[in-house]
Amino acid sequence: MNLKALGQDKTCTTVLIVLAAVTFVIPFCNLVYPADSPLHFSAYTVSVLGKYLTFALLGLSLDLVWGYCGILALGHGAFFALGGYAMGMYLMRQIGTRGVYGDPLLPDFMVFLNWKELPWYWLGFDHFWFALLMVLLAPGALAFVFGWLAFRSRVTGVYLSIITQALTYALLLAFFRNEMGFGGNNGLTDFKEIAGFNIQSEAVRAVLLMLSGITLISVFLLCRWLVNTKLGRVVTAIRAQESRVRFLGYRVEMFKLWIFVFAAMLAGVAGALYVPQVGIINPSEFSPLNSLEIVVWVAMGGRGTLYGAIIGAVLVNYSKTVLTGLMPEIWLFALGAVFIVVTLLLPDGIVGLLKRRLQEQRA
Amino acid sequence: MKANSLKRYHGLSAVMMLVFSLAIHGDQGVSAQQPLLDALNNLKQGSMPEREKAITQLSGIKHARSLGILQALLDGRLFTLKSDARLVTGTDNHQGYDISDAVSGASLGAVEREAVNKVNLTNKLRVSLRKIIGQLELSADDPAIRLAAVKAMGNEDDENALALLKARAGIEKDETVKQAIKVVFLMRDMNSSDKTVRMEAIDALKEHNSLDVVNRLNAMVEKDESGNYLETDADIRNVAKAALIKINTRLQFYSTIETVFFGLSLGAVLVLAAIGLAITFGVMGVINMAHGELMMLGAYTTYVIQQLMPNYLGVSVLLAIPAAFVISALVGVAIERGIIRFLYGRPLETLLATFGVSLILQQSVRSIFSPLNRSVATPEWMSGSWQINDFLSLTWNRFYILVFCLLVFVLLLQILKHTRLGLEVRAVAQNRNMAKAMGIPTAKVDAMTFGLGSGIAGVAGVALSQITNVGPNLGQAYIVDSFMVVVFGGVGNLLGTLVAGFSLGIANKFLEPFAGAVLAKILVLVFIILFIQKRPRGLFPQKGRAADS
Repeated sequence: MNLKALGQDKTCTTVLIVLAAVTFVIPFCNLVYPADSPLHFSAYTVSVLGKYLTFALLGLSLDLVWGYCGILALGHGAFFALGGYAMGMYLMRQIGTRGVYGDPLLPDFMVFLNWKELPWYWLGFDHFWFALLMVLLAPGALAFVFGWLAFRSRVTGVYLSIITQALTYALLLAFFRNEMGFGGNNGLTDFKEIAGFNIQSEAVRAVLLMLSGITLISVFLLCRWLVNTKLGRVVTAIRAQESRVRFLGYRVEMFKLWIFVFAAMLAGVAGALYVPQVGIINPSEFSPLNSLEIVVWVAMGGRGTLYGAIIGAVLVNYSKTVLTGLMPEIWLFALGAVFIVVTLLLPDGIVGLLKRRLQEQRA
Repeated sequence: MKANSLKRYHGLSAVMMLVFSLAIHGDQGVSAQQPLLDALNNLKQGSMPEREKAITQLSGIKHARSLGILQALLDGRLFTLKSDARLVTGTDNHQGYDISDAVSGASLGAVEREAVNKVNLTNKLRVSLRKIIGQLELSADDPAIRLAAVKAMGNEDDENALALLKARAGIEKDETVKQAIKVVFLMRDMNSSDKTVRMEAIDALKEHNSLDVVNRLNAMVEKDESGNYLETDADIRNVAKAALIKINTRLQFYSTIETVFFGLSLGAVLVLAAIGLAITFGVMGVINMAHGELMMLGAYTTYVIQQLMPNYLGVSVLLAIPAAFVISALVGVAIERGIIRFLYGRPLETLLATFGVSLILQQSVRSIFSPLNRSVATPEWMSGSWQINDFLSLTWNRFYILVFCLLVFVLLLQILKHTRLGLEVRAVAQNRNMAKAMGIPTAKVDAMTFGLGSGIAGVAGVALSQITNVGPNLGQAYIVDSFMVVVFGGVGNLLGTLVAGFSLGIANKFLEPFAGAVLAKILVLVFIILFIQKRPRGLFPQKGRAADS
């Protein structure tokens, strides 16, 4: 990895330093200092920040697909939700006899539906390692099948965007059905413990925040390395001139497919970190609007920079928290305006704006 | 029934027909007024023989009000006013009665219970009254009333009623009523003691479309709890089975027709939603994610116009069509001039920006009209259903939407083919630079095309307001579907959009019974996703140079 190059990009370094600070200092302060100390961070801050970090990871994974490969995927939220469901299923199995109906095997909603035994696709989710594997495999497999079909027949541009949206829409409808065995429109919730620890406790919350931060930082460094490898170069070339790359002899669809599957797995990991921190996963995560919001994070931060996606995700979600708290009606106006302003006036996002400012200063 | 459907069909002229028929009845009223008054006088007299006489008298008078008065008498809603001994009909309003004059039908306002005396009946009188009412209904002018009377009389096992029906069968002109009378007698023959009569009756019944017959035949071939057949005669059972098979085939046929109809009507909604997109997306290559919200604006326009003129439902819907077109078209032009024209050649950015517009439109509507769904009333000529026979009835609102969709489609084709604007739109779609070189103001044409597509979205919203609730999320529900229709049909091909919309609608409705509504939708989506893999340019791909761009 080219650490020198890393050091030269000041915005990038700042982002990394801030991330590291959030990851290590805030959980520390939350656990060590008493509630009345000025250095204490509340449990609320911890859980909100943890959520933002998983969103940042999600945005990062979309930037890989959209920013570097030029595939505007409008269904990226589906992979996030699948990862979330895989983790949710593990957490559901951990409830055991503590559910309302006290059934040792079946989650409450299955007892409620009068199901007698666990469906086959729930088997194995009582093991943590199996759930973690599924967090990667479920989104990865979907992305593989979908991407293989789509890229092989050269579905590109707007068409691809629309069918990815149709994909997440179809999954939304499917997961709303009780017969699917994923809790219908209530989803999976009421979790008790994760890997043997009480999921509600402050320590676990703090650890989850730390884990999200560490994952984000390592994935960021990994992606940064990836885009500078030959694979990354080819992918970037595909963004610029797909047919020319094909004529040069590269198998474009394979490059696209692997980057798509990799990003889907990252999104799944983000979902898996998200679910224990918010304590619920339901089909609304599949809604097309959610996927579009991810696109806005990336567009706002700046495409094709990786750290831009992180800045965008945190900024947009912070404004969402603030605005929905102050005036819920205003949020959609603001979001809509962001869509328009960013596409019309800030094609390179905030990062692009900062870069231009820096250049002007130097000049 | 036919006259009834005709009346609905000419929705606007219904009012005129009403005025006309009032005039006729008024005329009859003058000639029959005196006997009516005499009969009513007898009715008030009190003694039961007098009343019986009055009832017989009333039944003989062909007066517009006589049936209503007799029905009120039977229902115990006929009263004499204590103050001036006038006969009135009343309806209970929980505190007293809302009364109206028995002779003129004019409303007399509300009175307390103590202010009136009920005109009483004995059981014997009630029985004969019922018969007389049936007789009157059987000779009513409206075939629908006649049909209802035939069905009611067929259900009660009464020799007098049958005699009446037999008499009616000879003079009945309406084919449906005639058939219904026939079915009543055939059903009776099924109970006959003569085996051949029974078998003939069953054999004849298999040609009739009646749910009563189906139920009856089903009962014949079923077993009771102890495992014996309800019908002991095996020959009869076999004839009944054969008849059932024949009827069920027809039933299946009609249910297929019904499914196709529902599919077509769903397809019509999809086509209406997609056709505007087909123009903006197909002709201009612009993805407009706010298309669904333009439909929503059309639906809200209908709602607002209806709020402005609550007494003219039928007119308000018709008025909403041009209004919705204009409003959505204006918003569309504003979107094009304000945003999209800066983004030509960057389809993904256009998609995002218009999505932002859709969020803003949605939230504006939510702030102005509240997030709750608003229901738009359906005018009378669009509600109810067209009962073709016992097995098949088609709802009017869906029927009209189908017709409306085809009208809009033809109109749009004509605009594109035969107007100056259409010519310019096609020229720009085929080759923008060449069109520009030939002096076509492409920027203006873009704006007009976008306005046209948006206006049609608004018109689609009017149609949608008649079948679903109007809410801020109305557009979102249709946006993915309508994109699928355009992509499936082939971009830049209006006829493809029509075919795709109808086939998707029908496919959806045929899958629904097996898979359920949600799963059917998912299956269709998956099918389209797979279809695009095979034929990325849709059912009817563009050919020639335009296909390269």
